[in-house]
Amino acid sequence: MDRRDFLKQSVFASGMALVPSFLKGMEFLTPDQLSGYKNVIIIQLSGGNDGLNSIIPISNDIYHSLRPTISKKATQTLKITNDLAFNDNLRAIKDLYDQGEVSIINNVGYPNPNRSHFRSTDIWQTASDTNQYLSTGWVGRYLDASCQHPYQAIEVDNSLSLAMKGNQMNGIAVSDPNQLYRTTREPFFNKLVDNTHKDMLDEDNQGYLYKTMLETYSSASYIYETSKIYKTNTEYPQSPFAKNLKTIADFIVSGLKTRVFYSSLGGFDSHVNQVNSQDRLLGIYSEAVGALVKDLKKNNRFKDTLILTFSEFGRRVKQNGSRGTDHGAANNVLAISGSLKKAGVYNELPNLSNLDTNGDIKYSVDFRSIYATIIGDWLKVDDENILNRNFKKLTFI
Amino acid sequence: MSTSLSDKQIQHLYWRTGFGISSSELKSVRRLSKQQIVDRLFYESKLETPLALDFGSLLKNQKDLSREERKELRKLRNQKMLELNVLWIKQLTETKQVLREKMTLFFHDHFAVRLKTPRASLHLNNVIRKNALGNFGDMLMEVSKSPAMLLFLNNRQNRKNSPNENFAREVMELFTLGRDNGYTEKDIKEAARAFTGWNFNKSGSFVFRKNQHDYESKTVLGKSGNFTGEDVIKILLDQKQTARYITEKIYRYFVNEKINPKHIEELATTFYESNYSLETLMRRIFMSNWFYESQNVGIKIKSPIELIVGLSKPFQVVYKDPKVLLYLQRKLNQTLFLPPNVAGWPGGRSWIDNSTLMLRMKLASVTLNNGVIEWHNETDEEATMMMRQQFYKKMKSQIEKKVKATPNWERFLTSLEQRDKKELVNFIIQPKPSNGASTIIKKLDSSDTKNFIIELMSLPEYQLC
Repeated sequence: MDRRDFLKQSVFASGMALVPSFLKGMEFLTPDQLSGYKNVIIIQLSGGNDGLNSIIPISNDIYHSLRPTISKKATQTLKITNDLAFNDNLRAIKDLYDQGEVSIINNVGYPNPNRSHFRSTDIWQTASDTNQYLSTGWVGRYLDASCQHPYQAIEVDNSLSLAMKGNQMNGIAVSDPNQLYRTTREPFFNKLVDNTHKDMLDEDNQGYLYKTMLETYSSASYIYETSKIYKTNTEYPQSPFAKNLKTIADFIVSGLKTRVFYSSLGGFDSHVNQVNSQDRLLGIYSEAVGALVKDLKKNNRFKDTLILTFSEFGRRVKQNGSRGTDHGAANNVLAISGSLKKAGVYNELPNLSNLDTNGDIKYSVDFRSIYATIIGDWLKVDDENILNRNFKKLTFI
Repeated sequence: MSTSLSDKQIQHLYWRTGFGISSSELKSVRRLSKQQIVDRLFYESKLETPLALDFGSLLKNQKDLSREERKELRKLRNQKMLELNVLWIKQLTETKQVLREKMTLFFHDHFAVRLKTPRASLHLNNVIRKNALGNFGDMLMEVSKSPAMLLFLNNRQNRKNSPNENFAREVMELFTLGRDNGYTEKDIKEAARAFTGWNFNKSGSFVFRKNQHDYESKTVLGKSGNFTGEDVIKILLDQKQTARYITEKIYRYFVNEKINPKHIEELATTFYESNYSLETLMRRIFMSNWFYESQNVGIKIKSPIELIVGLSKPFQVVYKDPKVLLYLQRKLNQTLFLPPNVAGWPGGRSWIDNSTLMLRMKLASVTLNNGVIEWHNETDEEATMMMRQQFYKKMKSQIEKKVKATPNWERFLTSLEQRDKKELVNFIIQPKPSNGASTIIKKLDSSDTKNFIIELMSLPEYQLC
């Protein structure tokens, strides 16, 4: 059975009859539409990843002297240039780098950095100023501005991040399409959906609840049915993070009309005995991303995919008293794609002899410039409208 | 002007001032006038019950401890945060001082502090509770001087030669005037200087460190002088905008997210002229006619705490594993003592996304019936019925193991005044059911009261109060 037949069969044989007719319009991308359908995968390394021990200024004396016991020796790294090297747990990333598929953007942050995990995560997710509290995320506002369906932004997790919440529309959180589908298919909820009519979806809160219920219901069908189309046979590592990326690959290759995927890997808050724990996590990250890229390449989708990896802040340059590092400020960000315009080291390395009063790296690239680039140049939508301001775009993509 | 309230209006009052009303209480207040019911609410909240927790070895001086002991201490601190959370949930569910607790919950959100220090968090919570129906100015002053606030907004790092503006900014933006309401960046800088020297000692009492205070003249909101922090707070309270901002926020929380400017202006004036008496303001709201008008009834999306407490209370649900309560709060995006940031929980529609809504709609069945919403469909084939029964059975035992919640159905059912279908719908559901829900309700079998109630609580309408 070819893919097209499969699509037809699976859609009509499913419980789609239960979705009210005005919500139908199960759209998936046919193979010829698939090509050129750009998407972006955002990965948050939660807890504040130490960028200096991930992508290492290996020739910098200040780096070694401020970190007498936790700095990396050249032998523990993978050389990029004479001055820069990958942590040797990032081998898969290094391989992609060698093929011109990685851009390293240094010194990314924002003015008046906040060193609280929660606050800084909010700032990154809402794209706000440091003293501004927004209740919508940048992806959510992207949905508001240019999408028709909640499932056009999917977070592969059990709950939805602030980044994914808009004013009119929220993205969809799903860790397991089958489970989401099953929960929405409780007989009682089925009946409820069956009896929901357009005139019940008023602007008031009650209408909003019904609307969210219907959207969840139809998104669950859409994701469940459409993602059945392709199940990867690429081998992924066993970690839950890798499993999430595998789910994303299934979604992308199946032709889900999703533009933004969101996922996170936690545990980077390395105040104590940092080296072992961070190395282990970087290994998990690298291997999973390596498998994902391999999978996407095999299906000819890597050229339409951009993977952005960030953390809510970097860490202090000087190590602390317990062989760890405390919360810092600016950090490096990775952009990985089969369509980079500028691969390699995008901008200048952190200046360790000119730190801020806390001893943290100063920012030179506002993180919102990266968002603006993704929204404007990759997803081709008006970024100023979504970010509430005009940020200078970068040229990596 | 009518002085008696309908059942629906009484339920409205009890949902907004607390977490709903029991059948027996409804029976006993029904014969009272509006004035009497409102008086009764305030009377019941006259006293306060501070939260109390034994902190044991947390009181030890950190410096005297070994590394291992410090690690233990961190663990203990997390444990105490959990206990504190569960303790308050218990108090919210069992208290008779309902209005006071609801006001405490409101100001817990207004003076949002996110810390992992259980002693400071508990202290702040009790400060708020003590002043919850008293004077807002007193509450603001005491909160500002509490260790929790001094820690969270870095006022203790605010010193003469290196001012920290964090508190000075938020006290204007979030606690009194509201964002962009008549203050400038310059006012923040000057106010920060007035707050220099504020700190607390080991026993948690406020201290003023004279040598860290900036004694020079400051100009805040057009007034100049050698101001202290207390002076700045008084200047902020002198602004009618502060009364207006607090009134608006209270109105959005207790009445309607869409504000009526006429109501706000009247209330703000009352509040300001009463020198910030919260009791005066709240009485004025609950005694008004508009509070009970249909456009204000059944339109508010319950916060996760309102939902969890409102559901647990009538059934006296016992959660054998307190972590379940924490799990539910986390999954529904509202964990007591852990607001997302100093701006508090955004509330309203932001409570709702696909994952929280599905859990919310499953919550009644999960806590009250081991996850089962029994739905008998007349057209079902016998075979699918059988399969469904087996499926339920399996699910039941799984959820029973996980959630470990024991509701007291017997007590609830015997306390019901009647079991008439229409009356039950009115009692459980605050808004007017949608057409779709009405169609379903018509088909439901209400002779099995227990199942019928679970079904009603699984409707989207139950998310509103």
